[in-house]
Amino acid sequence: MQIERPRDLDELLAGLDSHPEATLLAGGTDLMVDVNLSHHRPETVVALRRVDDLATWDDGFIGAGVTYARMEAGPHPALAQLARTVGSPQIRATGTIGGNLGTASPAGDTLPFLAAVDAEVVVASRGDRRRLRWEDFLLGPKHTALRPGEVIVGVQLPERLPQRQAFAKIGVRQAMVIATVNCCVVRDEDGKTRIALGAVGPTVVRTPAAEELVSSQQQVSATMLDEFQRLVSDDVTPITDHRATERYRRHAAGVLARRTLERCLPR
Amino acid sequence: MSEVTVSRPPVRGGVGESVQRPDGIPKVTGRFEFLGDMHAEGMLWGATRRAWVPHARIERIDTTPALALPGVHAVLTQDDVPGHRYQGQALTDQPVLAEERVRYWGEAVAVVAADDPETARRAAEAVVVELEELEPLTDLELARDRGEVFRHIPVRRGDPDAHGEVVVEGTYVTATQDPAALGTEAGLAIPDGQGGVDLWGPTQWTHVDLTQLAACLALDPGQVRVQPCRIGGAFGSREDLSLQTHIAMLALRLDRPVKMVYDRTESFVGHVKRHAGLMHYRHEADRDGHLVRVDAQILLDGGPYQLTSQAVIANSTFFAVGPYRCDNVFVDGYALRTNNPPSGAMRGFGANQPCFAAEAQMDRLADELGLDPIELRLRNAITQGDRLATTGQLIEHPLPTDEVIRSVTAIPLPEPEDDDEPLHLPGGTGLTTPRDRVVRGIGYAVGLKNLEFSEGFDDFAEARVELTADGAVVHTAAIEVGQGMVTVIAQVVRSVLGMSRVEVAFDHTGQIGSAGSTSASRQTQMAGNAALEAATVVRDKALEAGGGDHLDDAGVWRGDTLVTSLAALTADGPIDHHVRYRHRPTDEPDADGQGELHVDFCVAAHRAVVDVDPDLGLVRVVEIAIGQDVGRAINPQQVHGQIEGGIAQGMGHAVMEEVVLDHGVIRNASFTDYLLPTTLDAPTVEAALVEQPSPWGPFGAKGMAELPTMSATPAVVAAIRAATSLPLTRAPVHPEDIVTGPHDAPE
Repeated sequence: MQIERPRDLDELLAGLDSHPEATLLAGGTDLMVDVNLSHHRPETVVALRRVDDLATWDDGFIGAGVTYARMEAGPHPALAQLARTVGSPQIRATGTIGGNLGTASPAGDTLPFLAAVDAEVVVASRGDRRRLRWEDFLLGPKHTALRPGEVIVGVQLPERLPQRQAFAKIGVRQAMVIATVNCCVVRDEDGKTRIALGAVGPTVVRTPAAEELVSSQQQVSATMLDEFQRLVSDDVTPITDHRATERYRRHAAGVLARRTLERCLPR
Repeated sequence: MSEVTVSRPPVRGGVGESVQRPDGIPKVTGRFEFLGDMHAEGMLWGATRRAWVPHARIERIDTTPALALPGVHAVLTQDDVPGHRYQGQALTDQPVLAEERVRYWGEAVAVVAADDPETARRAAEAVVVELEELEPLTDLELARDRGEVFRHIPVRRGDPDAHGEVVVEGTYVTATQDPAALGTEAGLAIPDGQGGVDLWGPTQWTHVDLTQLAACLALDPGQVRVQPCRIGGAFGSREDLSLQTHIAMLALRLDRPVKMVYDRTESFVGHVKRHAGLMHYRHEADRDGHLVRVDAQILLDGGPYQLTSQAVIANSTFFAVGPYRCDNVFVDGYALRTNNPPSGAMRGFGANQPCFAAEAQMDRLADELGLDPIELRLRNAITQGDRLATTGQLIEHPLPTDEVIRSVTAIPLPEPEDDDEPLHLPGGTGLTTPRDRVVRGIGYAVGLKNLEFSEGFDDFAEARVELTADGAVVHTAAIEVGQGMVTVIAQVVRSVLGMSRVEVAFDHTGQIGSAGSTSASRQTQMAGNAALEAATVVRDKALEAGGGDHLDDAGVWRGDTLVTSLAALTADGPIDHHVRYRHRPTDEPDADGQGELHVDFCVAAHRAVVDVDPDLGLVRVVEIAIGQDVGRAINPQQVHGQIEGGIAQGMGHAVMEEVVLDHGVIRNASFTDYLLPTTLDAPTVEAALVEQPSPWGPFGAKGMAELPTMSATPAVVAAIRAATSLPLTRAPVHPEDIVTGPHDAPE
């Protein structure tokens, strides 16, 4: 096994150019599990941690190497909330937003936030740089639009983010648990609301009908919340697996979305 | 002499003191050498080729591709087993490596030894195993109907025509629980160059390993030295062999040390689990709530090999009624053969499953009678002088059922909470649950279990106490698995000798006879009594030789005068004494399951307080209080440690811990998906120790470490029932069970 340890973005992109099929190692919290289980035996590994360019966080641009620990202390409430739910302190100190995107698990915890705020994923290869909308990047379970020779540089958030934002996640433990359902809601002052849910479909999903229902309303009545909950439950496409049943996930998605929206409404 | 003894200050580090464990600080600072850390010069690494199907016929095994890899030294299959090809504690029915058939998911088919762990792993994968898959048998009722029975125990006590006015019936299920010891299976085998082998492996009883190993390796028992080991937890799962025979075979074949370490997934298939249970119960009582009759059928899933299932089902059957009086009892217990993962010993050893069912029945009965559930239990509580409901055995020793119930109810309830701290709410850091959606519930359960081995087993423990100029050393083959026996034995001997300089030396099988298993809550009393008797003789010999009336670290004293120093006393050699301690004999059950089957009993009562989010089915266990029978606490801090750990394990099985089985395949063989409670999930624990001295335990002590787990599970589920008004007849309770109906595992 060959390990490349580039120190800046140019070196990284040059390395990827000569090893386009290399396995990218960020925090290693997903990759090393696969390696330990012998699911994956990479020939060439490019380690990203020394690439300082990836660790920048500049207003609306969050570098791929930004860790959950930094997100937890960052300015965006929903991002901080989701970061707190990820793993143990050790995992949060090493796991990154770029890694979460690269793994593209349906249950990835940063993904509902990125989808709810309509973030773009910035990827680069030698001599090229692309910005993809989140839904053009996340193509399916553990499947992204990243091409050989490309690396995730970071995510670009829109210029203005709603301050009303909230994240919630269902798991069977009080912490350190993979999401059964996770959810992020953001709401503008004018009422425009976006909601995204994870672990209830092949990728993170938005539920447009539910968004539309509450987006035009300054005041959201209890009846409307009931309808909102129902629309979310109807729109998601969960599966049954060893973590939860399809029926539970569908129900819980509605309840969780409603409660997360309620946290974004004026009290 | 006794007056002199009493007037002196008690010895430092003796009985009743919370003496610190000698291995405590090394363990928490990472300096303790666990099995997996061991190293031997020139050692090779072993790995195991497993078959990932629950049931198959083996068509062909081809080891040549593995042997062809550079760095691979040997690949062995069942054909290479030098001696007896099967192992097992009672019935030797488990092939050392799969033979003709694969009978459970992950069964070992071949083992390899190579220069390094990665080469070994690749070589294991390179072994060609051609299988014809067969339909797995995974349904308990089907297994019973097909006669796949390891053991059936009938209990027929009392009048078959007796009936009570008030009747409650129910069917209960407990899922498979994994012991989930933090240290995975690991071992090292070192050939001695003369055809024998020294073996370090994950064990709770080196001498029972020795019997099986010597037979399989075709060696004289004296040629195999099973070494005491430093293992990271057991909970019963190390009573049966895992990798020991495999590494010993490889080491002897190659004449080189071989080490093997299971990874976490392998560990899930490499050790035994708590039997899943399916139980039908019918309780009948009179209008005052006195039990008149109990009928039960208990099915336990043993997996494909017997291991300890014949003894586990005995506990399930004989503790089917719990700690209550009842004169008419009819139970059928079955341990069944299936293609699910092998089951065996786990903390509580078969008494937990019926405890879950019977305690739920007691709550139903209380509800039916309009009685307080505590009052119903007190009216039926068994105590000294009563007879065990199932076997009819007279309870001869103190059994404070009434007292543990009263002591737990006397502990004040936790204050209601009104804050919004996420960790104080169901869902925790997930921020799922607003305070106003929380419903609190309170539940109770009481557990009863035997101490030591039962049913006529010749149960003994050896110890040797040796006094030298440096102090006393207690030699034993009893295994310290993290439970704290190393401290308890030393404390007992300190109090006997009056000396603080006492250490415990763990001997291998060639140095001392068996101490029996570190299980069945037995070592405090068994190894403890052996050490106590040996120390008593050593003390008396020392006093006689030294011409004094008491002993301390300096030597032998007469009154206030030191008459003989330790150095002088032991100038001609150590003073020592060896003891084989036996508890009083027990009977085998007669055809109706009757007799004096058990030597003694222990009891505990739990009260669980839970907060439930009924819309999402999330549960936070707020507090568990326990009243615990201990006889006498030799080391109170360790007793509390056992209580806290046991409660975490019991509550884990109530709300999350389940080996998810899908037609024999484990769907969650990792700590990502087999969820254990973390420190943020573990409840506050309030414990009341009930000290009614055992007439035969050392200084009145009883074994106690299984009880905290047993009735924690039913107490938590009872509390969730109280919060939700749902029947909840299956443990663990998943969010689905609360919100959208019964758990429907993947088809």
